[in-house]
Amino acid sequence: MDLGILATILDSALRLSIPLLAACLAGLWSERSGVVDIGLEGKMLVAAAAAAAAAYAFGSAWVGLLFGILASIAFALIHGFASISQRGNQIVSGVAINMLAAGLTAIVGNAWYGQGGRTPPLEGDQRFGDFVFGHSVLVYVTLLAVPVTWFVLGRTRFGLRLRAVGENPAAVDTAGISVAGLRYSAVVIGGILCGIGGTYLSVAQAAGFLPNMTAGRGFIALAALIFAKWRAWPALGACFLFGLLDAIANQLQGFSLPGIGEIPVQAIQALPYLMTVILLAGVIGKAIPPRAAGVPYVKER
Amino acid sequence: MTLPMPSSRGNRNQSGVRQGTMPMTITKFGLALAGLAFSATAAFAQQAAFKPAIVYDLGGKFDKSFNEGVYTGAEKFKKDTGTEYRDFEPQNDAQREQALRRFARDGFSPIVAVGFSQETALKKVAEEFPNTKFAIIDAVVEKPNVQSVVFKEHEGSFLVGLLAAKASKSGKVGFVGGMDIPLIRKFACGYVQGVKYANKDAEVFQNMTGTTGAAWNDPVKGGELAKGQISRGADVVYHAAGGTGIGVMRATVDAGKLGIGVDSNQNGLHPGKMLTSMVKRVDVATYNAFDQAKKNTFKAGVSVLGLAEDGVAWALDDNNKSLITADMKAAADKAAADIKSGAIKVHDYMSDSKCPM
Repeated sequence: MDLGILATILDSALRLSIPLLAACLAGLWSERSGVVDIGLEGKMLVAAAAAAAAAYAFGSAWVGLLFGILASIAFALIHGFASISQRGNQIVSGVAINMLAAGLTAIVGNAWYGQGGRTPPLEGDQRFGDFVFGHSVLVYVTLLAVPVTWFVLGRTRFGLRLRAVGENPAAVDTAGISVAGLRYSAVVIGGILCGIGGTYLSVAQAAGFLPNMTAGRGFIALAALIFAKWRAWPALGACFLFGLLDAIANQLQGFSLPGIGEIPVQAIQALPYLMTVILLAGVIGKAIPPRAAGVPYVKER
Repeated sequence: MTLPMPSSRGNRNQSGVRQGTMPMTITKFGLALAGLAFSATAAFAQQAAFKPAIVYDLGGKFDKSFNEGVYTGAEKFKKDTGTEYRDFEPQNDAQREQALRRFARDGFSPIVAVGFSQETALKKVAEEFPNTKFAIIDAVVEKPNVQSVVFKEHEGSFLVGLLAAKASKSGKVGFVGGMDIPLIRKFACGYVQGVKYANKDAEVFQNMTGTTGAAWNDPVKGGELAKGQISRGADVVYHAAGGTGIGVMRATVDAGKLGIGVDSNQNGLHPGKMLTSMVKRVDVATYNAFDQAKKNTFKAGVSVLGLAEDGVAWALDDNNKSLITADMKAAADKAAADIKSGAIKVHDYMSDSKCPM
């Protein structure tokens, strides 16, 4: 394999890992504050749809990004309302978000454009073009979110309190800080990140929205989050690894390995999933989630 | 309706309720039976009625490709004859059979099933409704009330392969398929033969998007596959991938390379940047099925449409005429004539699941 192909694979891996990374960081914020977020997939999907529709209507990718983020925040707030204010089951709420997003985007898209839920193709300014090194600006925004997440969660008062809420909300409450307020802010930050990820899918990587175009990326992001043990820099590594496996799977199709011959397509396409299982089961050791994750906070009288 | 119901709350005792419920259940059951019998007679009565319907494949009506070809044919029929038709776009595999049965039960005929993946569903439903006329595109269902239309995609793909090889400057061309199934391998195999016919030393990169139905609807992955092929030197990329192909074509023309469309004429997708399209006349197949049913000339059986029957072709229109040189056109026309006469034999992958190239 020569250097050119290596560069191609790395390039492709970066593009493929960005939506994963955005969703993974969103999950990180949310779960660090104690709100389990299964709905990453749904939020990305609704953001992708809203972004493509807005970009098409207003002729600007940036407006698309704004609407993508707003739509994702709206869904995040539904999740927040159900699981923080109403103290509902966070898994159920997240699954509901996913189903709602899958159905709603297809139906509204079909009603507006009459093209089976698809938005019309986006052209020119309606898309994010290349910014630097052949990647769109959203790639760098998402990458930048990694050190920001690391710094805010690890070095600032807000971040430390937010993490404390995910470990021991009662202690934070005793100190006179609002548990619900902190959790809501974490969920909204997660919404913004999912919005960026979804927008990247439909407005930068592809040119328009298609029903179910997230294709399970939100769930792979959850796997990456566990793999990264809920930390920002390892999350970058995990997402890039999954992106890399995907890219290798794409490139290796039809490649002949010396001695083995051509590898069957199916074997290569199973590779990312196989690696996920192996990594999760054997390599990373024990992954301990934030202690209060998934537990609604009830103030004791 | 007079049912022995308890007249008031006061006299409702245990036995009274029971007496009241039993006859009601029986009446309901009887009504349901009568309803069944009625719908059965209705199906017989309506066998001559002409009510066309279509069940699309997962790619959806507006995939700008295979399904949209069917849609075009049906719309043309509607315009020509003023006959309305109903259609259904399944969202998952289980819905196909339901949709077919639903249309058949409601007295629709002919019902066009689009795509190879409806084969098993149609087999069952066609048996249940022997008086309904069915047509299936891209698969063969041998039932006395089913018209099966299949195409010689390998012949059309051969021609676009030949054009791709002539247009390529690098001597490397690409193919992106949708779901990895024999039908798509048939496209690929015909394409490779065409490329090698024009240029023995040419290299063809082949990729399949996936192994499930989702592979027809993943433009992001399609785009990545195309980018991968282009980075390996391909400068013409042919797709047979339904909705995924939109992403393939986008990535190809964004990189300044030439795309080749499939099924419908996709030259207009990116005018001046699409070399050609391998047109499969599913629109004609649909139109004919409707038309024959209307004129009572509907025949069950298998029709195989190739170059000779104008079932497949390569598209030449205003959008791509600047890309097709006189030499290319002459070569393609000659090859087409040779295929029709049998001088060139294009191998059909599905005949032995092998591609000799």
